[in-house]
Amino acid sequence: MHTNYIMVAIAALAVIPVFLWAYLMITEQIATHTSRKTAGVLRPWFWILPAVSLLIIFLVYPVINTIVLSFMDARSEHFVGLRNYKYIFSDSGMLVVLRNNLLWLVFFTAACLVLGLLIAVLSDRVKYESVAKTCIFLPMAISFVAAGVIWRFMYEFRPAGTPQIGTVNAILTAIFPNFEPKAWLFNRSTNNAALIVVGIWMWTGFAMVILSAGLKGISEDILEAARIDGASEIAIFFRIILPLMMPTITVVATTLIINVLKVFDIVYVMTNGNLGTEVIANRMYKEMFNFRNYGRASAIATLLLVAIIPVMIMNLKRFNTEESNG
Amino acid sequence: MANKSGSVRTPLRRALGRIPLHVILILICVAWITPSAGLLVSSFRPKNMIATNGWWEAFKTPFSFTLENYAYVLTRGNMGRSFVNSLLIAVPSTLMPIFIGACAAYAFAWMRFPFRKTLYLMIIALLVVPLQMTMIPILRLFNKVGLTGSFVGIWLAHTAYGLPFAIYLLRNFIAQLPRSLIESAQIDGASHPTIFLKLVLPTSIPAIASLAIFQFMWVWNDLLIALIYLGGTPDVAPMTVTISNMVNSYGGGWEYLTAAAFISMVLPLIVFFALQKYFVKGVLAGSVKE
Repeated sequence: MHTNYIMVAIAALAVIPVFLWAYLMITEQIATHTSRKTAGVLRPWFWILPAVSLLIIFLVYPVINTIVLSFMDARSEHFVGLRNYKYIFSDSGMLVVLRNNLLWLVFFTAACLVLGLLIAVLSDRVKYESVAKTCIFLPMAISFVAAGVIWRFMYEFRPAGTPQIGTVNAILTAIFPNFEPKAWLFNRSTNNAALIVVGIWMWTGFAMVILSAGLKGISEDILEAARIDGASEIAIFFRIILPLMMPTITVVATTLIINVLKVFDIVYVMTNGNLGTEVIANRMYKEMFNFRNYGRASAIATLLLVAIIPVMIMNLKRFNTEESNG
Repeated sequence: MANKSGSVRTPLRRALGRIPLHVILILICVAWITPSAGLLVSSFRPKNMIATNGWWEAFKTPFSFTLENYAYVLTRGNMGRSFVNSLLIAVPSTLMPIFIGACAAYAFAWMRFPFRKTLYLMIIALLVVPLQMTMIPILRLFNKVGLTGSFVGIWLAHTAYGLPFAIYLLRNFIAQLPRSLIESAQIDGASHPTIFLKLVLPTSIPAIASLAIFQFMWVWNDLLIALIYLGGTPDVAPMTVTISNMVNSYGGGWEYLTAAAFISMVLPLIVFFALQKYFVKGVLAGSVKE
């Protein structure tokens, strides 16, 4: 069974380039056998056809279909109007989900931006810049699942008085003798924060890399002139660096927001959404697989899409100005 | 240069003034590395020690390290097969969007046709569509045609999901190639496939490398798409799915979980350290256009 899969994979690896090469050659032959004018019309469509057909089957059609399903019942048999949407905004469990996503949105985004900017600015002034940045960026290479294991271990809890094997409780009990070790992931007042910290740990590197690139783009002359005028480093940061970096910060913030709205893996691995930690994507997964309610699951997915539409419009506008600028 | 402005400060005072900077930065770095270091050290510790004292105790004599945890998860914990599955999923899912995306990117950059801009704007819009919007219809489609739980299904899904970014990144790069380069080749009588294969693809290697790393990491680290389209059969489960199942069944079996998590991290970490430059470029290309 398994060797079969390996054979299929190897075949696929060989077949994909050959198939695509043959496709290009054959369509070119077809194009050259028609009149010059027809060839000019046909050829571009031959080139984009594989991509466009995959995009239509796997993205465009499903999006439209999901919007339609969101107005239908659990088994997609009867039209139910706005019932699924009313449920999303009134069910007490769903309200917790929306609150959690809001917590993620605010604290995750803010912390990644502030920490990313802080590290970018600080590391810009030291000789070991690349080592420092590698440390921070490293978690980006790890899966959320592995990060989940890493942080479950960090948050591991043992009753007070016994040796703590989780790093967080061990450090806190060592520094503060009176500290009561906490079950961070099970305590309703700390578990959401504990999960958001994992997200921040993973994504600060992303913010840092882009902000750092933006920082390097600021002309050294401006900063030097300000220093000669006697401006303090703090004043330079808030009066010169920060305003000049606003466009970059906006781009990073929107990317963070797109990703945090869809957060799934961390919650799935660490708490599975129990004890008041559920977020939109986990709820959608549960409606889909555990409750088999395709209507509600579709409505929840559509809610995600609606939340992301402003970002989509911003992207399109940005693209339009970039194109017209050359 | 700075001497002029700060001539009152002696070098020593300036160095002292920089101490808080170093302390803050180094503290942040240590905080960032500690979680991964704890995992790595623990994965080599014997079962009874992981459960009774902290991983930092491992550095006290007598040392006690073991490879048993790795041997166990690789042979009996299904991690060996999952590693192969992850590769079988990730490699084709990386190559397919690159080839298909490059063709489309070339057409969008160097051919004129009606609706070109409209179509390209639609691809930009698709960049941020939440994949949750596609899961129910595609799962139903896969169930109908028998692709659920098969590698072919997940290859196609990952390819399509990766295409908007692939087209976007490659088009940006290919469109910036000098016009004279393409035109002189056309004057020499080269056909579009020849220009594409012999000229455009080889010069686009840096962009393709960034894209390949990005897509590979994304697929390798993916949990959600594998959970949904592979249906949880251990035969085809990649490591992310296997580990999240282990978390549910072992709970506190740290000796196995730490080893399994580290196995899943090895390949991305090698790719990351070897090709960090391209990875960072891919990240930058994904958000800001230079």
